[in-house]
Amino acid sequence: MTHGIPPIAADDHVAGPADAPVTLVEYGDYQCPYCGEAYPVLKAVQEEMGSRLRFVFRNFPLVDMHVHARRAAELAEAAADAGVFWQAHDMLFENQDALDDRSLATYGDRLGLDRAALVSAFAGRYDDKIERDFVGGVRGGVNGTPSLFINGQRYEGPRDVESLVAALSEAAAGRVPHPVP
Amino acid sequence: MTDETAPGAEAPLPPGMRAPDFTLPATPDQRLSLSEMRGHPVILAFYPADWSPVCGDEVGLLNAVLPEFHRFGAQLVGISTDGVWCHAAFAADRKLHFPLLADFEPKGEVALRYGVYRAAEGVADRALFVIDAEGVIRWSYVSPLGINPGADGVLEALEQLSPKTHAEGAPA
Repeated sequence: MTHGIPPIAADDHVAGPADAPVTLVEYGDYQCPYCGEAYPVLKAVQEEMGSRLRFVFRNFPLVDMHVHARRAAELAEAAADAGVFWQAHDMLFENQDALDDRSLATYGDRLGLDRAALVSAFAGRYDDKIERDFVGGVRGGVNGTPSLFINGQRYEGPRDVESLVAALSEAAAGRVPHPVP
Repeated sequence: MTDETAPGAEAPLPPGMRAPDFTLPATPDQRLSLSEMRGHPVILAFYPADWSPVCGDEVGLLNAVLPEFHRFGAQLVGISTDGVWCHAAFAADRKLHFPLLADFEPKGEVALRYGVYRAAEGVADRALFVIDAEGVIRWSYVSPLGINPGADGVLEALEQLSPKTHAEGAPA
């Protein structure tokens, strides 16, 4: 019944080789506590999988539930433009309890973003991209965060390192790689 | 506690049927009728209870997808057997931008008429209906109580009602 999530695109945030045999897509919200819980797990999973894994993060901010989620996503997108997306992504998840505007400005400084870039991000410069991530996720069956997809298939199993590495390894070994556009 | 249970014994009203009209309290001093929303697609989201974790996720998600529903001109209403004050507190807490209707007295009557009342528990199923502008049910779906059904099914149903309005937003 679902369309499936959109294929990996040029403006996606990707860690790992484009020709990795398995792709893990996370739909996440920087202020969502469950995404915060998943963050170190996914880090460990990336480490274990090494070059066999391509990891993609897409925005799924629930902005009425999480008041700082939109701006956190905007900061991360500004960081992506400056080539430091993953540093921003990590910083946000590692400081999930301090995502107010002032803290975000501090992280922007730490990431070397200039203030004008942040102001323009907060004014909505990247909102189309964030919205596209969100809607693509909804159409693909994302119903909350974090939602994980392995080679385009929704992963509903337990979110611990072992289970994820097992599922990813199986997909890497047995399945055709997710088509690279 | 009833998370894994299957949908209630009654079958939900199927597509093609006229959606039964109803009038339910939306706030302590306002009532809303389905017939008032005629002329626009309407999404009815029945759910078991305010405050329960999965409902929270489901209504939070539907709330976030509301701008997409509005692009189709569709109105979203939530319906549970909770009372108006409970709804008011829940809606304020979750910053909901759509009405929650209280199917409270006679309890669950509307859910029953739509075939999505769980008499044993006294709550509505987790059920979604998409009703077209003429008041005909075009899509319905009941998910297990503990599973947040997401919004993709609703969007697909809305898209089929009005393929033209959404053409530019459809994924390639």
